[in-house]
Amino acid sequence: MSTLEIRGLEVTVDTDNGVVEILKGVDLTIKSGETHAIMGPNGSGKSTLAYSIAGHPKYTITGGTVTLDGADVLEMSVDERAKAGLFLAMQYPVEVPGVSVSNFLRTAATALRGEAPKLRTWVTEVKSAMEALNMDPAFATRNVNEGFSGGEKKRHEIMQLELLKPKMAILDETDSGLDVDALRIVSEGVNRAKEANNLGVILITHYTRILRYIKPDFVHVFANGRIVEQGGPELAEKLEANGYADYVSK
Amino acid sequence: MSVLTTNYLTPSGREEAWRFTPLKRLHGLHDGVAVISDRISLCVKNGLPKGVSFTREDLDPLAQSDDVIIERIRGASKSVSHLSIAANSEIAEPVFLSRSKGAVDTAEFSRVRITLGANARATVIVENTTDTVLAEDLEISLAPGSDLKFVTIQEFESKSVYTARHHAVIDKDAVFKSVTVTVGGDVVRILPTVEFIAPGASANLLGVYFATAGQFFEHRIHVDHAVPHAKSNVNYKGALAGQDAHTVWIGDVLIRAAAEGTDTYELNRNLLLSDGARADSVPNLEIETGEIIGAGHASTTGRFDDEQLFYLMSRGISVNDARRLVVRGFFNEIVLEIGDQVVQDRIMDRIDSELEKAASDV
Ligand SMILES: Nc1ncnc2c1ncn2[C@@H]1O[C@H](COP(=O)(O)OP(=O)(O)OP(=O)(O)O)[C@@H](O)[C@H]1O
Ligand SMILES: [Mg+2]
Repeated sequence: MSTLEIRGLEVTVDTDNGVVEILKGVDLTIKSGETHAIMGPNGSGKSTLAYSIAGHPKYTITGGTVTLDGADVLEMSVDERAKAGLFLAMQYPVEVPGVSVSNFLRTAATALRGEAPKLRTWVTEVKSAMEALNMDPAFATRNVNEGFSGGEKKRHEIMQLELLKPKMAILDETDSGLDVDALRIVSEGVNRAKEANNLGVILITHYTRILRYIKPDFVHVFANGRIVEQGGPELAEKLEANGYADYVSK
Repeated sequence: MSVLTTNYLTPSGREEAWRFTPLKRLHGLHDGVAVISDRISLCVKNGLPKGVSFTREDLDPLAQSDDVIIERIRGASKSVSHLSIAANSEIAEPVFLSRSKGAVDTAEFSRVRITLGANARATVIVENTTDTVLAEDLEISLAPGSDLKFVTIQEFESKSVYTARHHAVIDKDAVFKSVTVTVGGDVVRILPTVEFIAPGASANLLGVYFATAGQFFEHRIHVDHAVPHAKSNVNYKGALAGQDAHTVWIGDVLIRAAAEGTDTYELNRNLLLSDGARADSVPNLEIETGEIIGAGHASTTGRFDDEQLFYLMSRGISVNDARRLVVRGFFNEIVLEIGDQVVQDRIMDRIDSELEKAASDV
């Protein structure tokens, strides 16, 4: 049983026009097995929250705490956060030229498991993870995210989620860019990871459709750098109908 | 050893061709001060397949050179190490040439010729190792329809100086590909040059280099499109790390008035992995006819991409491993063109260790 606790998180980013305040005190607690959907208007700071938890160097933490089972996440380097059990499925996965998917996955698995996975079982493991997400095994020899379509990149993220078995995952708009079939396939992948590892999930999305596949326990409305309302799944339906007007005008 | 009779113009460092080169570190190769030994270090490594011979003979130069060191080499000796690949032979396995032990208190003047007969196909891999002061005039002759992959690997030890011209003369419909790897030595200055003498030929000049603290590596490419319908592509990638690591890449492509239907592109990308290193990159396209298919160039110099490192590290990969992956990935596309697994692995390992060395220097 793990707990990811975010308290009063404040984050700024350096821009050409000076320092901009983006997160203005975010409070959120996620326990193993729970799924928290975060919905909110463009530019409200959802990805900033995701990146800040993962440790992207672009963001400066100016206040608050993030802990995983009491350990100070903000003190950890990016790779230490992954080793502690955090995973970020990115809104825009990065292309890494010249690095094959199979080499990348094996290096990551070796780092996370503390030893290189046995070659025989590893090959089968990767192959079945790919098949489960309807990915052509040929992806293993391609360079990481290079030339992948938008939807292929998202599948690749969730394949990593299944292979690397984190405790807590932040899925940043994993559903954007997926066709209807892919949405179901990817959602099933997330649900498998939830079941297999009692994964805690922060699911950032703009659409209620994915919430039909991945059932949220909580829905949070994110606006202007903080969580402005929380509720159950019914809140998502309300947002779909009414938009964010009630929240952004405040 | 013949007596030098010609008066050579000693470069001062102000000439365009010499403006980057640290002349003081050339052990007198450029000004005649070097003591020339009579060692001949180039040798066959694993024996020769049928259709290939390696002999010592007197040969006139294939092409003129205005490089003063090349002139000095030619003035000193007519004798050439000649690797010859017979017409119509297809050599499946690479032919390896390597170096016997060198020395740095004396210098070697080396003349080399690689000849491909008509329609011959081969891969030649030259492994430049040892600690040496070596000036080399290497010429390659591709007869019509021949196909050569020429791999030259500078893995010299740390005191070495190597100045060379690798000049290919490419006849009708011949295909020339070179992969120039420079990862070792104190000063390495190579002139990979190409001239087309009949239509329908192509040259693909690839290279990688990695300079660490104090090393100077210069690659001065020249492609001469003097005839119609030839194709050239140049792609060199370099990495630098450490105080006073310095690389120079010059890409001169000349499309003469007669060279209608030319298609050429050149690219140089540099990865600056630390402060205190300097990468000079000068693409230079001279076009004397508008009747061409294409001509372009690009040159970039950048640092580690933070987004790439972040992505890899967010999967648990340590910063050092992430850098290693990114650097390997950067060089991969060109190293793979060598086509020999053992050599490729060795170069990738060398790149890893250069990177480690650089990381521990910082
Ligand atoms: N490097 C940066 N420079 C300037 N502004 C930035 C930078 N990074 C983030 N921002 C700004 O911070 C705000 C929050 O961005 P963020 O990406 O977190 O939004 P989001 O809620 O994920 O939006 P979306 O729904 O469109 O993905 C935006 O206004 C964005 O322009
Ligand atoms: Mg976003």
